Amino acid sequence: MVDDPHPLAPIAATPGIAKPDPILVAHHLRRSFGGISAVDVSHLEIQRGTITSLIGPNGAGKTTLFNVLTGFDRPQGGEWHLDGGPLVGIPSFRIAQRGMVRTFQLTRSLARLTVLENAMVAAARPRGETLRGALLGGWRGVETANEARARETLAQFGLERMMADYAGSLSGGQRKLLELARALMVEPALVMLDEPTAGVNPVLTQTLLAHITRLRDDGVTVVFIEHDMDVVQEISDWVICMDRGRVIAEGPPLVVAGNRDVIDAYLGSQHGEIPE
Amino acid sequence: MDPVGILVEAGRAAIGVPAAAYALSAVGLNLQFGYTGLLNFGHVGFMLVGAYGMAITVDQGGPLWLGFIVGLALAVLLGILIGIPTLRLRADYLAIVTIAMGEILRLLVRSRFAAPLTKGVFGIQRFADDFFELNPLPVGRYGVGTLRFDHRTMWVVIVGWVLVVVVTLLVRRLVRSPWGRVVRAIREDEDAARSLGKNVFAYKMQSLMIGGSIGALAGMYLAIDQQNVTPDAYVPLLTFYAFTIVIMGGPGTLWGPVVGSILFWFLFEILDGLMTGAMAEGWFGTLLESTDIGPIRFALFGIGLMWLMAYRPQGLFGSREESLIDGR
Repeated sequence: MVDDPHPLAPIAATPGIAKPDPILVAHHLRRSFGGISAVDVSHLEIQRGTITSLIGPNGAGKTTLFNVLTGFDRPQGGEWHLDGGPLVGIPSFRIAQRGMVRTFQLTRSLARLTVLENAMVAAARPRGETLRGALLGGWRGVETANEARARETLAQFGLERMMADYAGSLSGGQRKLLELARALMVEPALVMLDEPTAGVNPVLTQTLLAHITRLRDDGVTVVFIEHDMDVVQEISDWVICMDRGRVIAEGPPLVVAGNRDVIDAYLGSQHGEIPE
Repeated sequence: MDPVGILVEAGRAAIGVPAAAYALSAVGLNLQFGYTGLLNFGHVGFMLVGAYGMAITVDQGGPLWLGFIVGLALAVLLGILIGIPTLRLRADYLAIVTIAMGEILRLLVRSRFAAPLTKGVFGIQRFADDFFELNPLPVGRYGVGTLRFDHRTMWVVIVGWVLVVVVTLLVRRLVRSPWGRVVRAIREDEDAARSLGKNVFAYKMQSLMIGGSIGALAGMYLAIDQQNVTPDAYVPLLTFYAFTIVIMGGPGTLWGPVVGSILFWFLFEILDGLMTGAMAEGWFGTLLESTDIGPIRFALFGIGLMWLMAYRPQGLFGSREESLIDGR
């Protein structure tokens, strides 16, 4: 499914390898909880315009890495850049405004807002969201344009018939779709999806994957945490595998799937086995 | 028993000065609690700084209008002071800090240390003469039938309800704007709002300051009517009156707190009238004494509130559908 002259084709499958056009670069990121090192990434680059899967066993530090990169958690050390701009010490909402938008493992719908409001509250370049703007008015023009875009986006995700419903009344799968639609309303350059297909039925998973692929084709960079190896093989351009906070392997899906360290990380290494 | 008399008194309470003051107070609390999800258990503290800010300014020789500005400014300052340490934390911390803040403020204005300004437990009196001089109503009694106010009270009542309408319309402009949508998003899920690029802390701070200023306005209004501020009037119970009103009317609804306040004072008075009447006719025999009526009235209110939470948690104005959503 990868286009032939793929930008990542000539890249060696080595952890921390440099990419030709990275949108996100992290360097020496460290986050530990007490004595446990949750994230210890010496170097990592994400290629622009690709779908990168982040895999690894439970507790590998994938979500913590997401939290650190998106400003929801603070690392003890290290630096990372989005499009060349440093993000150390930048609050999460600013990081979102700069174009890196995340979703959550447990879907966070704004339950007592309607589906349409959920999308509209996320609209990039809002008007009337400041106190001054709200009191002085003059935001209705932008609001109308944003509403049109919200309706269009929701329709793309098959939510057009639920726009007036409270988001809290949606099914789990619909909430996943809504969360993705909402993230897109921010007009991100990079979306970070934390297990977008967790707890979603196979049919809806295919729908979600189609949306993610379309996003990539529209020029958005996608990083997503995924446990299902079939899903990873199906849509990833690149796979990064973490274990115990470190990046232990990266490369094209098939290469990573055959990597000895990756298999060890998932199935347990030879520790305790009788040496050959 | 005199049912008409009881109804008239209840009607007087429903449109009287306390009803207007608490409507105002509840509108402020509703912006914080109903729309933004802030658990401000120290609303009385905002009422206190408003009332004392005004009373002290006038007492020190300033004009009433300056006192009004000082009162509002103090409420904004108080919002910043308690917001900075707590608004970054989980919602419960704000509740803990605000309830303590209310009591600290009451004890502070009561203390001997602050007495040169606040006059300690005796408080400050007669600082609102300027307000009553503005009264355009000729001497007389105004109203319908036996439900009448004297010209002084009528003036306060009119100003009160005008304030309630003006402030509610201001809140309406805010909550129906994109700003209002953001604060409701924050109420639902802070982290989601953050992930969409919203400065959650700034919005919560704004809501706390605006709601607190409205609370201060209510405190000033009540103090003007009584021409009196004393520390022990500002007990935590006032906060819980306001919460009861907001919950009765429907948190996160525009006119809920206003109607809630009218209903609250109507029921409060009617319960009092009915029980006093029943006692006079000897219905309770020797079981109850007249001093029991106050506590029983509170107990009945508590039961009523529980019933409301169980069967109509969205309040009178809230939507049933909304209340069925379990949130996160």
